[in-house]
Amino acid sequence: MTSILIAFAVVTAVGLIAGVLLALASYFLSVPENETTKKVRECLPGINCGACGYNGCDEYAKAIAEDGAKTNLCVPGADSVAADIANVLGVEAEDVVEMMAFVGCNGHSGVTQKTNNYNGVNTCSAASMIYGGPNSCKYGCLGCGDCAVACPVDAICLADGIAHINPKICIGCGMCVKKCPKNIIKLIPQTAKVTVMCNNKEKGGAARKKCQNACIGCKKCELNCPSGAIKVENNLATIDYSKCTNCGLCAEVCPTKCIHIIN
Amino acid sequence: MDAFKSLVIILLSSVFVDNYVLTRFLGICPFLGVSKKLDSAVGMGVAVTFVMVVATAVTWPIQHYILNSMNLGYMQTIVFILVIAALVQFIEMALKKFIPSLHKALGVYLPLITTNCAVLGVAINNINEHQYNFIQSIINSLGVGLGFMLAMVLFSGMRQKIQESEIPESFKGLPATLIAASFISLAFFGFGGIIENLFK
Repeated sequence: MTSILIAFAVVTAVGLIAGVLLALASYFLSVPENETTKKVRECLPGINCGACGYNGCDEYAKAIAEDGAKTNLCVPGADSVAADIANVLGVEAEDVVEMMAFVGCNGHSGVTQKTNNYNGVNTCSAASMIYGGPNSCKYGCLGCGDCAVACPVDAICLADGIAHINPKICIGCGMCVKKCPKNIIKLIPQTAKVTVMCNNKEKGGAARKKCQNACIGCKKCELNCPSGAIKVENNLATIDYSKCTNCGLCAEVCPTKCIHIIN
Repeated sequence: MDAFKSLVIILLSSVFVDNYVLTRFLGICPFLGVSKKLDSAVGMGVAVTFVMVVATAVTWPIQHYILNSMNLGYMQTIVFILVIAALVQFIEMALKKFIPSLHKALGVYLPLITTNCAVLGVAINNINEHQYNFIQSIINSLGVGLGFMLAMVLFSGMRQKIQESEIPESFKGLPATLIAASFISLAFFGFGGIIENLFK
């Protein structure tokens, strides 16, 4: 009995000593936070999305105050936050390019097939490791919703086996872009109106067999685009948003309707 | 001179022959998780080496002067986990205060290795398996840490090579990584018996 008590006492004592030392250390070794950092931090939205390229709002505030990072990197906060930060620092406000994310895949369960049954852990990162996922198209959305879990504002919903992003709610933080194992979620300017809803780089026939909504690389959009914003590379159309004028001609001529107009 | 020779043997054999990651399979999690890029592999290696040496310097006296004198050797694991976790937290605070540049470089890796099995493993093996004295324990921890870093750096190089090469679809991702890990582990078994014969 005594041996148990001794063991109990020793471990408790070690734990207590460690705890007290840590408490003392946190008091004596604490680094006072910079005043500017605190003020800048109060301007930021605090969702820790990482769109600015730093690990959360605290890090970004620190980088602005101490290392002179740019004030317009907070995409979710948009112009108002950038203006607030500029106000705190006493510099001129810079414009923020507002972005939104879209899922570049329209291969819903009605137009694609499954090649195998996946019964494992229900995440895209796990599903994509086994033969690139259960879908016939190895480029497309797996529909397990890793992006929806990552989204800080619940802008992503899953329907018919693919993820949809509501452009009205999306804040353009890019959390989902980092999570997607297929790299089909992309950030585009909020002013954009047309998107290519396909990522299949296979030749037209092969792509079409796997998904009726696939881009077949026919180059009709490229030929019809009046501003030369669309290029077809590797059998896949891509839009250069710096040239795109949102005329919507490409969506009209696309034979498989894989170019969509955002409402 | 003999003492020095034995220390060199301990150091070299813990780096090459008795590599904790590749021959004992301890610390596999950071080995697979943080070896995608060379700079993060080096950062993790430095942090692990640092924590291993400091943890051994603290746990060895605790075992010999507190636990053994009270016949509490069996409480080793629990006490060590407690002490190492507190120690790493303390080191992090101290670094933040006194050497901010090092704190920034080690970054997220310090709290990550608080509960790493390789750190606990080396602290326990110094006492139970090898029964080293204090200096030998410190040297062994240093060697294990360096061995960990060596494995991380080599493996990150291999992974970068894998990423650039074309491999069969079914091997992409985790399978190729695990096979590469087994190859590099196999290669390290070639060091067996070399170190003991170096100083004959």
